[in-house]
Formats: sequence, structure tokens, C-alpha cells
Amino acid sequence: MDYMIIDGRCVPIEGEKNILAVIRKAGIDLPTFCYHSELSVYGACRMCVVEDERGRIMASCSEQPRPGMVIKTNTPKIRKYRKLIIELLLSSHCRDCTVCTRNGNCELQNIAFKVGLHAVRFLNNKRKEEIDLSSPCIVRDPNKCILCGDCVRTCAEIQAVGAIDFAHRGSKLEVTPAFGKKLADTDCVGCGQCRVVCPTGAITVRTNVTEVWDAIADPNIRVVAQIAPAVRLAVGDKFGLPKGTNAMGKLVAAMRIMGFDAVYDTNFGADLTIVEESKELAERLEKNENLPLFTSCCPGWVKFCETKYPEFAGNISSCRSPQGMFSAVVKDYFAEADKEEGKKTFVVSVMPCTAKKAEIKRPDNFTDGRQDTDSVLTTIEIIRMIRQAGIKFEELEGEAPDMPFGVASGAASIFGVTGGVTEAVLRHLSEQKGHQIISQISFSGVRGDDGLKETSIKLGDRDVKIAIVNGLANAADLLEKIKSGEAHYDFVEVMACRRGCIVGGGQPLPMGARTRKNRADGIYAVDRQSQIRFAEDNPIVAQIYKDVINGNEHRLLHRNMGEKE
Amino acid sequence: MLEQSYYDKADEIISRYGTESRWLIPIIQDVQAEYRYLPAELLSYIAKKLNITEAKAYSVATFYENFSFEQKGKYVIKVCDGTACHVRKSMSILDRLYKELGLEKGQHTTPDMLFTVETVSCLGACGLAPVLTVNDEVHAAMTPDKVTALIKELRGEA
Repeated sequence: MDYMIIDGRCVPIEGEKNILAVIRKAGIDLPTFCYHSELSVYGACRMCVVEDERGRIMASCSEQPRPGMVIKTNTPKIRKYRKLIIELLLSSHCRDCTVCTRNGNCELQNIAFKVGLHAVRFLNNKRKEEIDLSSPCIVRDPNKCILCGDCVRTCAEIQAVGAIDFAHRGSKLEVTPAFGKKLADTDCVGCGQCRVVCPTGAITVRTNVTEVWDAIADPNIRVVAQIAPAVRLAVGDKFGLPKGTNAMGKLVAAMRIMGFDAVYDTNFGADLTIVEESKELAERLEKNENLPLFTSCCPGWVKFCETKYPEFAGNISSCRSPQGMFSAVVKDYFAEADKEEGKKTFVVSVMPCTAKKAEIKRPDNFTDGRQDTDSVLTTIEIIRMIRQAGIKFEELEGEAPDMPFGVASGAASIFGVTGGVTEAVLRHLSEQKGHQIISQISFSGVRGDDGLKETSIKLGDRDVKIAIVNGLANAADLLEKIKSGEAHYDFVEVMACRRGCIVGGGQPLPMGARTRKNRADGIYAVDRQSQIRFAEDNPIVAQIYKDVINGNEHRLLHRNMGEKE
Repeated sequence: MLEQSYYDKADEIISRYGTESRWLIPIIQDVQAEYRYLPAELLSYIAKKLNITEAKAYSVATFYENFSFEQKGKYVIKVCDGTACHVRKSMSILDRLYKELGLEKGQHTTPDMLFTVETVSCLGACGLAPVLTVNDEVHAAMTPDKVTALIKELRGEA
């Protein structure tokens, strides 16, 4: 095996692509802004500079490890350089830290603190730029941008959207949509993955906290909430719970203290989705038309397909997302009570996702002109509200969600991870039932981190071919293959974010490899520990179909394809 | 939206090169040579044809000082402000040009679309300093008074 010397210690080279990876393996946490292992190497931030035995300075992220190399990461020269780099970055950065939403959770703050910078000598002579509030999903504040390009590369390489890029050069360099357009006028799908990688407050989640507090304070408004499957695994992150802990009980308790009138589980909506989408798949298979059927749970994907691949828009399931089904049913459920009590029902959905904020405003998600979901809060916003309310989250006793929409199957709970929707649908469609078949399906290739997974299932005498993609760039590759006839599928699950909703654009940061794994493990644990593992076994589903939906499947559970406002 | 002829022209230029992304710069150079500026709508159109995102194409076009999204006048006057011209008082030439043409600071083209004034870093004619070019025709050893005469002459031509 080959070795190199890092700070006097011998470290093996095990196929790492750059010195930075070797250094981090050796237990030294070099600061970086622009390096992400899943993105191309960019070498812009220069924070990872190291020195070799001849005193040469290099960026360790873009230097290949070679046997016998001698690298020092902590010399007076390096410390001085690093400090100067961060000082220059800060000199043109809006330093209103105390009122920034990233305060206390900001990479720029962290690294400035780590390198021991205590004063900035240079004046900020950058022109103040306008904040882009055009998108319902994310906010772009160019004044806080440090030009690391993480968002640009994520948008282009992982998501194949490319809504933003660098423009101009030198001191005028900026990250912007083409021609200085607003985000809302671009192909941005609202997935929020740019916000996930942004080390500062330059890209943040568009917040709806105030309107929810206002609704709670209004006695004439019945505020009901639904909590998405991926939220419960992440909300505890900021309250010291181990990563991936299922904090659903505590979250329900906290939201009751905050004043929500009822707290439900989006997983119930997911159960409805499983039933409806399976029905749709069976119908399309029978008629052999509009195949493959693409899932419609992910609003980032739906917008991506409509804008970049409109020829496939007809293949997207007509089902609303679990959020949409849930809100439509709940609004109908409370319609009479609202009339009697003179109240208005306000549905708040707590989501891991920024794109959901745009989904609720789509006319095809309205029921008879009524907006079903009134407000979407991401996980980080509900965390903010818990803090504002002064609730000691970690000390709360868990409580169960309200009835009737508080009961859901384990199949629904795995909607928050890539492959989950497919697994749930396969369970529902399978003729055999029982734990053996559950285990069989889970090992059929639906689980795991891969960007593209393939499997097949026998339905009747037909071999149904299934693909599961996550990350929109992977989806684009797949669509190209389908278009060229190179690949053929009957059912395709797409999630815009790599690995699914557990790392959605509205989830708390940081989301490193361990956090991601723990959240995925956590979500499968929720499933394993459910008494109900099949959507059709959820007794509330049958009851609601009879009492509330009552033949109105098309009106409440499907998108109104004809209605455009 | 531009007239159809612009898009036809773009199609013709694209067909000279191909639709690989590497041809972006030659294509937009030719478009600019044709119209003396790069119409924003055409950049978006070309980006789509070459299968690059609009943001990426904009990134490339704004990186180079040479590309301009603003329509230019009939006479493009480039005033050299390189070191040699600068010490021989090119700024007074520029000031006189702005005065003669009634241009405000930050404004480059006259409203009648006759003149566009730009500065360049060096025209490579330092021996002739201070120098300016009108549509690539060189005018050497300029003085403010020669500028006034030049503008008068050009106006007469138009």
C-alpha cells in the first residue's frame, strides 16, 4: 500500500481522489466552503490550503495524493493565509449575523471562529444588492454570497436544472439567474438543495412562520397540522436528540402546546396515495397506455418534468401528493363543523421540503377553487417556532397524533426515503401478505443510496418493470434513455433530492453521511415498529373512503387536470 | 421577441458550426459581428439549441467584456485608455466626446443610435497616442478639438 506523510504521521492512500480526503481521514478537519464530495472539484475558496516539504502552497482539494508526499496542514504560513482568506471573504460579506436566519448554524461563522479571526480590517465597498423574494420556496440574498459556487454546481450537476450560474468577472462576479432575472422566472424547481449546500445565509428557506402564528392566535381559525414522514427523524437534531431519532411524539406534544387545534400525520395521506396510485398503475397496465407511470409525490420532480420534459407530463400520475390528498380530505371533513361553529379551517403542513410551498399554490391542487393546504412549514421553521415558544423539546413526553387522521401504515412512513413509494405500492399490489413478503420486497433492490435502482414484480402474468431514481440529473438521464428506447419501464418513482425527503431542502443542517444514514435507518425503524404494514390494512382509510371521500376520489385525491387559472 | 429574421440568421450561424456546447463562443461572436451587439433573446435561443442552460450561456457572455447586450450606434468609437494614451491625456478626449454627444455618465449610446462611446485598455498603437478608432478606423494623435471636428464630420456624413 502507498503512504503519505501528513503532519509527521504516516497515512495510507486508499484510492482517495485528493489530498483533502486523505487529510480528513487522518482526523484533521480542514475547513472548506466549496468542496463537496458529490460535486466536481472547484478549488475556489482556497480554505483547504496546505504546505509541502518545500514550502509550496496548494489547495488540497484539487491535488492528487502521491506516494511519499509530505504535507503540513498547520504551519505559521498556512495559518496566516487561511486567516487572510477568511478576512477577505468577510470584508465583502453582509455581517448582520445577529439577525440572519443562519446565525449559530453558519459555516462562514464556524470557520471564521475556528481560524481565530477577531477583526476585519477592510471596508466593504460592494454595492448593496436586492434580495430576491420572488420564489415561494427559497430566498436569495446576494449580499451574503461568498461565491463558493456550491449552489451553482448542485443545481447543474445534481439537479440538471441550472437555474443559476456565475455572471460577470473579477470584483463584479456574482451568482445569478440569466440576465439578472428573478428566481421565479427561471426553471428553478424549488427543491432547495442549493440552500442545503450554501455555507452562509445567501440562500435560505422562504419562511411562513408569521402567518402560522397569526392563524393560531385567531380564535375563529381552526388550525390543523399534518406532519410529513421525514420530519420526525430530523426535528430532534437541533434539540440534542441523537441523529435519526423518531421525535414524532415530542413534536405532536410541542405543537399542541404551541396552540395547534389538531395535529395529524401526513402518513395517512400517503396511505391514500398508495391506494390511488396502485389503482392508477393497474388501470394503465391493463389499457397499456401512458407507461411508464411516473410518481407525483415530489413537486420538484413534477415541475422539472413539466418544464424540461413536457412530452412526459402525461405520464405523471394524476394523483395528488400525500400532502395534497390529506389537506383536501381534512378540509371536507371539517366543512360542516366550520359552518356550524362559524370557523375557518387552516391546514398547516410540516414538510422536509421547500418545493411543497409552491405545490400548494398550483391550480391543479385546488379543490373547487379552494386552496387546500394553507401554509407549509419546513422542519427548520417548526424548530424555529418551538424555540420561539420556549418549549424544552428534549424534555417533552411523547404524545400520539389526533384521530382519525393519526393512524397510518408503516408502508406510508417510508415515503420519506428513496424507494419508499415503490416499496409501499409493491406491498399493496402483492397478492401475498405477511412479513415474509415484506422482507422479500425490501430486498428486491428498492432500498439503498444508489441514484438509479431497478427491480421488477410479477403481476398476474405480466412482468412489471420498475425504476427508482433520485436526484434530478439521474432522472434526466433516465428520461433520455426512455426517449431513445434504450430503456423501458412500467413504473418510475422519482424524487428530486438525492436519497429522498430525509435530506430535503427544508431539513436541519448539517446533513453529512452519518446524519443521512441515521435518518434512513430511522425511517425504516418507524415502518418495522408499525402494527399496520399495508396501506389497505389501515382501518381509517376504509372509514374515510366511506364517510368523507364517498365517491369523490377524482375531486379530492387527483389533480384537476382541466382546471387552469 | 425579435423579428423572425434574427432567429433565421442565428440558425444559419449555428449550422456553420454545429450544436455542440463548445461552439457557443464562435456562434455568439458571429451574431455580434452581424448585429454589432448580442441580442439577449438570441443568446437564450442559441443556448437552447446547444443544450446549455440560459444561466450558463449568460455566464460565458458576461465573462468577456467583448460581448454587449446593448444595441450599439452606427459609429462605435473606442477611446484607448491604455498607459501610453492615458499619460497623453486620453481622458480629456473622452470628456470632450461625452460633451459633444450629450452623453451622461454611464450612458454609452446616443438616443439617435448614431454614436456609441467605449473605452478600451490598449489598441496596440501606443506610438500614435492618444488614439481612438471609429468602426475600426484609426484616428491618431487626437486632441479635444480634433474630436469636435471628427464628430462634426461624422454627423455630416450621416
